[in-house]
Amino acid sequence: MNKLVRYILIDIIRNRIVIAYMILLAAITLGVFCLEDNPAKGVLTILNIDLFIIPLVSIIFSAIYMYNSAEFIELLVSQPVPGKTIWLSLFLSLAGALSLAFLIGAGIPILIFAHGILAWFMILAGVMLTLIFVVLGLVAVVKTADKARGIGLAILLWVYFSILFDAVVLFLLFQFANYPVEKAMICLSMLNPVDLCRIMILLKMDVSALMGYSGAVFQDFFGTNFGILISVAALVLWVLIPLFYSLKKFVNKDL
Amino acid sequence: MIKITDLSKSFGRLQALKQVSFEATGGQCIALIGPNGCGKTTLLKSVLGMVKPDKGTITVNDKLVERDWQYRRSIGYMPQIGRYPQNMKIGQVLDMLIDLRQSQAPLDDELMTAFKMKDLLHKRMGTLSGGTVQKVSACIAFLFNPSILILDEPTAGLDPVASGILREKIQEEIARNRLIIITSHILSEMDGLVNRITYMHEGKILFDKENQSLIKDTGTSNLMDAVIGIMKANGI
Repeated sequence: MNKLVRYILIDIIRNRIVIAYMILLAAITLGVFCLEDNPAKGVLTILNIDLFIIPLVSIIFSAIYMYNSAEFIELLVSQPVPGKTIWLSLFLSLAGALSLAFLIGAGIPILIFAHGILAWFMILAGVMLTLIFVVLGLVAVVKTADKARGIGLAILLWVYFSILFDAVVLFLLFQFANYPVEKAMICLSMLNPVDLCRIMILLKMDVSALMGYSGAVFQDFFGTNFGILISVAALVLWVLIPLFYSLKKFVNKDL
Repeated sequence: MIKITDLSKSFGRLQALKQVSFEATGGQCIALIGPNGCGKTTLLKSVLGMVKPDKGTITVNDKLVERDWQYRRSIGYMPQIGRYPQNMKIGQVLDMLIDLRQSQAPLDDELMTAFKMKDLLHKRMGTLSGGTVQKVSACIAFLFNPSILILDEPTAGLDPVASGILREKIQEEIARNRLIIITSHILSEMDGLVNRITYMHEGKILFDKENQSLIKDTGTSNLMDAVIGIMKANGI
């Protein structure tokens, strides 16, 4: 598997989109830190931009790359290599290349300008979101044979996790405003990796004091080591479950 | 070498293969022909493990292909349309496949020499013309000395010189007792190359005959007329 990953990774890293993505992240991160005197405020701005861009680029790029590699995948399948190896290698190469672009473009500037645990949490969240949305891109590809529909599905998944989910949560929150829903909100946030990352990082900042009673309940959970462990475990599950689902689909799929 | 029994496959409502049985051994060069959508590609892809059949069995060298991948060591496949990662060099694609296959047997680079591939190794796949990509596919198919060669429209897109070289190479491989399966729509090109014709129609094998007996049966002078004669007789 390592061999295959090595060759595909080199191909993806040379891709213009990946290089442009890296430069974009670097420009945003450096730009925000240079404009903002207070690095904590800068991190908040970058967080909001990253939570938007990383999922979008990861899911769309991986879906398009997989569709464009359809014939190449056929060639690999005709070789004496198990289908499992091919699929996992493609995932690792895509995730590796996009994570590398994030680490170089955004990770290094964040480490330079912001200090301490917050910077490391930002990097962890960025890498996990990259992995999760690459896998979701693969799920979209394996579910639909048609390229246009597959990319449409990928965009819909992104819209759901970035916009729709929050709208639904907000709606529920208002409907049940008279009940103590804070604990339920913690469970709900596990269902969306973007929200999970957002809450994890926000609670590492001073601004969490402004979030009122919900913020206090969240702090009680996400502020503890146990809470962080659970959230990281939830993020890992967000990678593993869709990955195994897509792997199973791919192995039984007609090419 | 290849034995297919009662193979059926449907895509949704469309039945692509209807209980196809087929057997082939070394030294044969089979032309798999038939109109578009008759199930040729589905049949070949089933042998390669790309399509999972609904019913029936396929054995390659007496081993069931289902859930196995080792058997593909003895198969060389040349796809109809080859597309490779755009930023890989020809040399990298070949290195990757050599790395992947870990073949103990010496590599067969006759075609690479004949196509003067060594001068192109540093070129990126994205910059190549369609014909050159086909040449790369052909080199890959023959590189590992496979005992079975599956060639899907091998000469489409090749210039006359290149397609002549490929033809010679195919003839050499038949002499070495390899099994070769070719699909093509250009019947005149198959004349003098293949020694068996398998004609598929709507997911079934309509006829499967040795070259000589086909020409003799139909009383024609060449392959093209013989096949057209049979097609007309069957009202296709």
